[in-house]
Amino acid sequence: MEYAVQLKNVTKTFGKVVANKDVSLDIRKGEILSLLGENGSGKTTLMNMIAGIYYPDEGEIFVNGAPVEIRSPKDAYNLGIGMIHQHFKLIDVFTAVENIALGLEKSEKFDMKAIQAKTQEICDRYHFDLNLSQKVYEMSVSQKQTLEIVKVLYRGADILILDEPTAVLTPQETERLFEVIRNMKNDNKSVIIITHKLHEVLEISDRVAILRKGEYIGAVDTKDATENSLTEMMVGKKVELNIQRSEPENTVKRLSISNLTVYNKEKVKVLDDISFDAYGGEILGIAGISGNGQKELLEAIAGLQVTAEGSSIRFYERGKESSPMELVGRTPKKIRDAGIHLAFVPEDRLGMGLVGSMGMTGNMLLKSYGRGRLPITDTKGPKQLAERVKKELEVVTPSINTPVSRLSGGNVQKVLVGREIAEEPTVLMTAYAVRGLDINTSYTIYNLLDEEKKKGVAVIYVGEDLDVLIDLCDRILVLCDGKANGIVEGRRTTKEEVGLLMTNLKKGGAENE
Amino acid sequence: MSNLIAWIIRAIPFGTIIMFGSMGEIVTEKSGNLNLGVPGIMYLGGFAGFASSYYYEKLSPDPKGWICVIIALSAAILASMFGGLIFSFLTITLRANQNVTGLALTTFGQGVANFFGVFILNGSSYSAAPLANAAFAKKMPFLSSKFGVISKTVFSYGFLVYVAIILAVVLHYVLNKTRVGLNLRAVGENPGTADAAGINVTKYKYLATCLGAGISGIGGLYYVLDYNQGIWATTGQIEALGWLAVALVIFTTWKPLNAIWGAYLFGMLYWLYQFLPSLLGIKVASYVTDLIQMVPYVVTIIVLVVISFRKKKENQPPESLGLSYFREER
Repeated sequence: MEYAVQLKNVTKTFGKVVANKDVSLDIRKGEILSLLGENGSGKTTLMNMIAGIYYPDEGEIFVNGAPVEIRSPKDAYNLGIGMIHQHFKLIDVFTAVENIALGLEKSEKFDMKAIQAKTQEICDRYHFDLNLSQKVYEMSVSQKQTLEIVKVLYRGADILILDEPTAVLTPQETERLFEVIRNMKNDNKSVIIITHKLHEVLEISDRVAILRKGEYIGAVDTKDATENSLTEMMVGKKVELNIQRSEPENTVKRLSISNLTVYNKEKVKVLDDISFDAYGGEILGIAGISGNGQKELLEAIAGLQVTAEGSSIRFYERGKESSPMELVGRTPKKIRDAGIHLAFVPEDRLGMGLVGSMGMTGNMLLKSYGRGRLPITDTKGPKQLAERVKKELEVVTPSINTPVSRLSGGNVQKVLVGREIAEEPTVLMTAYAVRGLDINTSYTIYNLLDEEKKKGVAVIYVGEDLDVLIDLCDRILVLCDGKANGIVEGRRTTKEEVGLLMTNLKKGGAENE
Repeated sequence: MSNLIAWIIRAIPFGTIIMFGSMGEIVTEKSGNLNLGVPGIMYLGGFAGFASSYYYEKLSPDPKGWICVIIALSAAILASMFGGLIFSFLTITLRANQNVTGLALTTFGQGVANFFGVFILNGSSYSAAPLANAAFAKKMPFLSSKFGVISKTVFSYGFLVYVAIILAVVLHYVLNKTRVGLNLRAVGENPGTADAAGINVTKYKYLATCLGAGISGIGGLYYVLDYNQGIWATTGQIEALGWLAVALVIFTTWKPLNAIWGAYLFGMLYWLYQFLPSLLGIKVASYVTDLIQMVPYVVTIIVLVVISFRKKKENQPPESLGLSYFREER
């Protein structure tokens, strides 16, 4: 068996976090390999080590049988390895050819006509559909991706790594991409596709390698695999967490969402005809592979997304249950004032909701600056609130006036969640509230959410860890491709069931229970 | 007719000053650096050029015109590149805010020039370098006399006027047709992508900013030794010209070829107040004159409004203009 790339006992850590642990993986020549795993299972990190973005802490990499050191993307190119990242590295105002010419070896003559001819040849050979004199900003996402692939091939890559290539494509574009990938395979190139869409794995790849929480689980031939067997390998056995979960009492309908549809900037549907209800006194979990509409769903409820016609979000205010309020078309501020709060933890914690250079007091003030006798704002309240949050949530900070950017991630998150809870909302939405937190702090947050639930708040919890979702939530709405793929009971469901719903769109969508 | 010719003869040298200034700034901005120190750099260039040729004339027993030109040009370019180097070091290496640094550089350049100017002026209100002026303002033989109106309007200027035009064409070619130009534009548009493509972002930014400053500085030199007839005086005129050069960069939509006609148009507009009334045969009050002198700036604002409305990507400033580049942690 000839191998294009072999990884032997590769380990990579970022600080205390182990991204890849002792991974050994072979990639054969002329095969299409799918790299499958949940969010944060270390797929992209592993591939970045082959592409020269990261350098492994331990272990060896062999290319075509010889041990190599890949220190930079350039080294990778020289070994015939090219990676197409999720975020394209293209210059908007350049044409396709200019982007290809950018950064070519100095030894190659700078002759645009020759470069254009060679590019055209590659396009013809693999049937790429690309207008070479088109500017990048006029291209669709799919065309940009095509350009990235051509760019890599132009530099002589024999091993191509595609990081979630279909995430941004329409089904037709995906079909065309697969055709191109097959053409490349027939040309004896090795293609690795990082993905978590099971039906695509089964359709395109020869073999599937599975990672779970940074560890290599194994590889199977696609012809021997089924969706169920792959899901099992991907999600693994259920881990008992003993998260405190009280029984829901006196649940009252708070939110009723029907036919919610949202388009993104590229006019692609990110939320497709979603309908569900959320009740006060329960925690509704939202599960899904990241980027399947979770963020948009919460933002739509909070009034931060433009919804398509026919969408309806009804809110049943406390004491006014008989006359619901339509949230679509209202401003974010109105929705907040009505008692719907969103605590969103983005990848960079300070990106949304908090101002890094301000202290806790200032950040509390952000949500209440309109109070007090104008034009002088009330600062006493926020100060007391900051003190209270600091004490109750055990925020570690020298003083409530220390800029929050100097706090550790976990403490920043406590400030963010604490502020939203303190406002005594009717509906509390949290997204990725425990992202990057250690176990103890995570449990603090779970308990907080459970306390809120006991108070009769309708809690919506968007999370990444399936074990947590199943142990914490009363019901779980599973999103897949922007559609509601089913609602399951947290106490009765299994990890496999949720995993399958996340990766595998049911025909005809979900039936609301 | 003679009025119109006189107008053109005024406008072209004026345009040449700001053409140098803005061509330098175009090169700088193409690398993503917004250097608002152009006026200061033009001061540095103008003063260094003047001072070096002044002392050469004064100290040399037998001063020659062509040596004057070489000395003045080298001094001007070196001094203004030094200004560019200060800006580069602060904004690229130390990642200081570009706007603040640029404005500081403007004040700095003006201050340096005026401070050292005191020693040359030595109490008088102006001082002259006549030989250098003669060398810089020397008209082309033959062409400047034989073709009537054309000679008067096209060939009656010092050599730097033609250097500016040639430089604009060269810059256009380099920016759009060479590897260096492609790399430079990539750095200004998206340094992250350029970095990933193996381009040395820091090197390109430094070189473009320093070379750009050097070109801008020639504008200051041309102003003092040709346009202003070799006279150094304590006026703030160069600063106004520097800002006009910055405005011209926007007017050209960052394209050197547009700088040629744009600069002459600005020149015409600047001298509008003197020639238009007499062309029309009317008299205007002096306060109207000041209003008319604002026209180039008004035109720039209109251009900004128009290009913002049309949103054509090609006419926008380089995408990362004014932003410091942080390489992502690997």
